[in-house]
Amino acid sequence: MTDNRFFDEMLTGAGGARVPYSEYAKWFSGEDPKVLLKKSNEAETFFRRIGITFNVYGQKEAQERLIPFDIVPRIIAAREWRQLEKGIEQRVRALNAFLADIYHRQEIIKSGRLPEHIISRNDAFLPQMVGMTPPGGVYTHIVGTDLVRTGENEFYVLEDNARTPSGVSYMLENRETMLQMFPELFTKMKVRPVSGYPAELRRSLSECAPPNFDRAKPRVAVLTPGIHNSAYFEHSFLADQMGAELVEAGDLRVVDGKVQMRTTMGYKPIDVIYRRVDDDFLDPLSFNPDSMLGVPGIMDVYRAGNITIANAPGTGIADDKALYSYMPDIVEFYTGEKAILKNVPTWRCSEPDSLQYVLDNLDELVVKEVHGSGGYGMLVGPAASKKELAEFGAKLRAKPDNYVAQPTLALSTVPIMTKKGLAPRHVDLRPYVLVAPGRVHITPGGLTRVALKEGSLVVNSSQGGGTKDTWVLGD
Amino acid sequence: MRLKISHTTTYAYDRPVDYALLQLRLTPRGGVAGQNVISWSTRYEGATLQVAYEDHFRNAVEMVQMDEGSQSVSIHCSGEIETEDRTGVVGPGCGLAPLWLYRQPTKATTPGPVIRKLAAGAKDTLAENALSGVHDLSARVAEAVPYAKGTTHVATSAEEAASAGQGVCQDHAQILISAARHLGLPARYVSGYLLLSDRIDQEAAHGWAEVWLEGLGWVGFDVSNAICPDDRYVRVAVGRDYSEAAPVHGLRQGDASEELCVSLQVQQ
Repeated sequence: MTDNRFFDEMLTGAGGARVPYSEYAKWFSGEDPKVLLKKSNEAETFFRRIGITFNVYGQKEAQERLIPFDIVPRIIAAREWRQLEKGIEQRVRALNAFLADIYHRQEIIKSGRLPEHIISRNDAFLPQMVGMTPPGGVYTHIVGTDLVRTGENEFYVLEDNARTPSGVSYMLENRETMLQMFPELFTKMKVRPVSGYPAELRRSLSECAPPNFDRAKPRVAVLTPGIHNSAYFEHSFLADQMGAELVEAGDLRVVDGKVQMRTTMGYKPIDVIYRRVDDDFLDPLSFNPDSMLGVPGIMDVYRAGNITIANAPGTGIADDKALYSYMPDIVEFYTGEKAILKNVPTWRCSEPDSLQYVLDNLDELVVKEVHGSGGYGMLVGPAASKKELAEFGAKLRAKPDNYVAQPTLALSTVPIMTKKGLAPRHVDLRPYVLVAPGRVHITPGGLTRVALKEGSLVVNSSQGGGTKDTWVLGD
Repeated sequence: MRLKISHTTTYAYDRPVDYALLQLRLTPRGGVAGQNVISWSTRYEGATLQVAYEDHFRNAVEMVQMDEGSQSVSIHCSGEIETEDRTGVVGPGCGLAPLWLYRQPTKATTPGPVIRKLAAGAKDTLAENALSGVHDLSARVAEAVPYAKGTTHVATSAEEAASAGQGVCQDHAQILISAARHLGLPARYVSGYLLLSDRIDQEAAHGWAEVWLEGLGWVGFDVSNAICPDDRYVRVAVGRDYSEAAPVHGLRQGDASEELCVSLQVQQ
C-alpha cells in the first residue's frame, strides 16, 4: 500500500512501522477499523460544535467550511525534532537580523550578497519603517516556518511566513480533539504538549512591550478586522486563550500619546497589539486613507516608541518568493554559519537563463507567484494538462519577474484513515515560532497539513487540504 | 543670514469636530546644508500634542489631536534660523532611507506623456553634464508651466499640472521630480520657507525640489524662481512628493466644512 517513490513516515516498504510510529502501529492493529472510522466522523461533529470553520476565498460565495481532520497523527521523533528546532531557530534569528538591516543600513545589499532590486521591487517594503527599531528589537514575533520532508533526514523549508502565519488554533484544537477521542494513546506514548502555546505567546509578546508602561503587567490586545474575516475564529480564540483583549479598530483611539481601548471604565492603554490586519489597512492616517479596519495614528504612536505592533509592519518582505531563494545567503550573512535547514532550489524567472530552463521543463516544475500565498495562482507541472501548461507558459513569458519555479518535491506521506483502511497522503508541517528579545520558543508540534486527494501535492486548506495532529515525542 | 519666521495655520469649522488627528512636519532641522536652528517653538490652540518623533526621512514630526468639541485649531510656529549660501548643494547625507527609494515614482509624481516629453528634451545636456542637465530641465519646466495660482490644488499630480500648463511652486517641484526620476536621477520634495525681497507677509509656505547628483549629493532646484536655493531658503521637511513632506496632513471624522487661514512672515 505504500508508493516507494515517496517516503512514508509511518510504514516501511517491508510492511512494518518506522520507529517513531511503532507504538502507535501496535495500538492501531488492535483496533476495529469500523470503530475508528466512526470516531473519525465524530471528530467532525466535535469541530462543528466548537465552531472552527474558515472561509474559502476565490469561490463565488465565500462559504464557511470545516477543514477536514484526519485521526491518524503525524509523529516526529525527539531526535528529528531537535534537529528541526536548531534549524528553525537559526533561520528565525537570521530573519530578524535581516529585517533590522533592511530597515537600517542595508549592509547585505552594500556587501553585494543581495541584489538591490529584490528589496526595491518588493511591494511589502514599507518606507515608513526605515530607521525604526521596534521595542525589544524584534520585527517578526510570530513565525510559521513551512517545512516539507522528502526522506529519512531530508527536510526543506518551503516558506518562512514571517508576516502573519495563521492556523495555530488548529494545532491546539487538533490536539484537544485527539486527547478527547484517544486518551489511552497519550498514556502509552510520551507526546509533548502543545497547550502551552497561548501562555508562551502572551509571555513573549509581553517581553516585547515598550519599557514605559506604568502597570505591573503590559496590556496585550488582538486586533481583528472583524467577524467577517476568514480567520476571525482564530483571533477570538487566541485572545481568549492568552487572556488578552479582542479589539476592532472602532474600539481604539489615540489618547495621551498611547493607543487606548474604550471600556466601560473609560480608556485603557494598550502596550502590545497582536494585529491580524494587513499593513496597508493598519493606519488610515499613514497608509490607505480609506481603511475602516485600522487605527488612525497608530504608526505615529509606534514610531514614538509607545506601542509594540506584532508582527512589525513591513515584515512581509521576508515572505517574498524571490527573496526566499536568497535565504541560505541571508542565514550565512547574519549568523556566520551555514544554514542547517535546506532551501528548495529555486529558479528566478526574472533571470533569462532560468526562464528558459523553466519554460523547457514546465511539466516537471512547480511555478509560484513571487508575491502569492495560499496556493493560489500556482502551477504544479506534473499534475497539469497540456492546455494548462501552455496557458501558464504564456503567463510566464508575459511577466517573468512575477514567478519563481522549483522542482516538484517528492513530499513525504503519512497515512490517513479511509473507508478502505490506511492510505498514504502527502503532508507538510508548519511549526509555530515565538520570538522575544534574546529568546526563541518553538512549540513542539505544529500544524500538519495533508493533501486529502490521492496523489495531490497541494496541501493548502483552500485547495482541498486537511489537517492532522502533530506529535513530537519526548526522550 | 538670520531669518525670523512666524507661521500660523488655522483650520476653522462650521460645527464642532468629533475627532481629528493632524500630522505636522513644521519643525526645521539644524545641521544640514549650513542651516542652524537658533530658536524654534510650536504651540497649539484647540489641539493637544500626542507624540513627537523623527520619521523615515528624518523629518521632525508632531502628531496632535483636535480637542473634543473644538471648532478650530491653530498651530503657531516661530523661531530664528541661521542660513548659509551653499548654492543649492545640500550634500550626500540622506539618513537611512536608501537612494533607490527616491528613484521610484509615487502616485503624485508618476510621469505621463507630457512629462516624458519634457524630460526627453533635457536628455542630451544631461548626458554631457548632470548639473547642467538638471538646470536645463528646470528651465524647460518653468517655460512649459508658467507660474499661475488657481489652476491646481494640493492634490494635483505632476502630470495633471504639466498638462494644464500652469501651476504653483508645488507643481513645479513635483514636475521636476517626476522628470528627473524618469531620467534615472533620485529626486525629492522639500517644503520650507523663502525670504522675499519685496514683502514680509506671505500667503503660503514654499516648496522646491532636490535632485541627487553623483559627486555632489542632493542639490536644490527652485523652478518657480529659476534658482538653486541660497541663504534665503529654510528647509523644513523632505519626502518623495508633496504629500510626504506636507506641513500638515490630517484625518477627520464628520462632515464639518473646513476653512484654512495661513499667516506667514519671513524676515531678516
